[in-house]
Amino acid sequence: MQFFIDNFPLLRSAFLTTLSLSLLAGLLALVLGTVLAALRVSPVPPLRGLATFYVETFRNTPLTVVFFFLIFGLPQIDFAVGFFTGSVIAVGLYTAAFVAEAVRSGINAVPPGQAEASRALGLSFGQSLREVVLPQAFRTVVPPLGNVWIAMVKNTSIAAGFAVTELTASLQRLSNANAGELVLVLLAVVLGYMLITVPSAFAVSRLERRVAILR
Amino acid sequence: MTERPTGEPLVRLTGVNKWFGELHVLQDVDLTIDRGEVVVVIGPSGSGKSTLCRTINRLESIQEGEISIDGVRLPDEGKELARLRSDVGMVFQSFNLFAHKSVLENVTLGPIKVRKKSKADAERRARELLDRVGVSAQADKVPAQLSGGQQQRVAIARALAMDPKVMLFDEPTSALDPEMINEVLEVMVGLARDGMTMVVVTHEMGFARRAANRVVFMDAGRIVESATPETFFTNPSSDRAKDFLSKILNH
Repeated sequence: MQFFIDNFPLLRSAFLTTLSLSLLAGLLALVLGTVLAALRVSPVPPLRGLATFYVETFRNTPLTVVFFFLIFGLPQIDFAVGFFTGSVIAVGLYTAAFVAEAVRSGINAVPPGQAEASRALGLSFGQSLREVVLPQAFRTVVPPLGNVWIAMVKNTSIAAGFAVTELTASLQRLSNANAGELVLVLLAVVLGYMLITVPSAFAVSRLERRVAILR
Repeated sequence: MTERPTGEPLVRLTGVNKWFGELHVLQDVDLTIDRGEVVVVIGPSGSGKSTLCRTINRLESIQEGEISIDGVRLPDEGKELARLRSDVGMVFQSFNLFAHKSVLENVTLGPIKVRKKSKADAERRARELLDRVGVSAQADKVPAQLSGGQQQRVAIARALAMDPKVMLFDEPTSALDPEMINEVLEVMVGLARDGMTMVVVTHEMGFARRAANRVVFMDAGRIVESATPETFFTNPSSDRAKDFLSKILNH
């Protein structure tokens, strides 16, 4: 117990860093991923191509490489971002590819008659997507998006290698200083992640029941 | 039936050809529909009648020919097409009501988003229309809580809410239980009486007799015959139509 009390300030700030990294990157990924999914089903072939290119690029690149590029690569073209900001962008851009694929699967699960009916009313492609297709698509992608979110929270640990003192970085620090209490250090860090992911899983399953759609 | 108004045809199809891959589904189709005219399209399955109906608001594109509505040629894509579609009501075989919206919201979505009506105006008009088709009591339910016949009547109200120049019905009763077919047909007969221009793809010969100004018979992607219901049902000129009628009317 004494270990937790002694190291509480560090653990707390590390936890908050992981949490804010996750929330900001998650927001970026959700917005960008939704836009990408919309582009992938758009009637304009160049837009579809662009979105496909993005998704394939980021989905097939290791996240660490994305970090390297943003944090050490961008300064080469005189565009430096801070470590924390760079981490948010790296995790967000990378996760957006997975969000896009999840949302796209949701769009494909909406019966085609729904989009046909909205186009027949005279709604534009964007209106039909916003008013009719996406609201129904999101309902079916709540569970897969929950998976993407949990994977992303854990992926933020890569920021530890890029000078961001989040939970995994605190693990390195604390285990150096408290080699004798390694189990406690691990426990504290794992608990930190679970404090984010376990309530998320509950929230996802509640949300899933609340937005379930009657067909 | 009532006499046909004169003037420029509202819908005109000229030399329309469409292929699905190798399959030539519409072959040199010419068709004009006057204002206030009710045209019933019948024919065996696979004859291209649904496809024909869906080309009129470009839910299906065509490879050759020209389609114009109220003198305006159907645009290819984009805003112009959306504007034109808003003047063409469409009722689908499978209703296609928006599953996540209430009945009332289904009817107000188009007027609010496309016609830029205020919510209050759109709702007032929607309730009138729901009342007209006999489902005003269901306004706050979601579509899945309604019977098929009720859903289809909501779909008709949704299309009418745009004040369309012409209404397309793509087999509107084919997905319904038999006892629900009449409630939908009654609404459609009422519309025809009120002078709505209608293109109706259907297997309901009774409706064709009661409400149509003209019956168009299709087979293998072509319009084989076009006649008044009276002539078509008593004295069809083509062998193909005689054969078709003998198969469906002998029960």
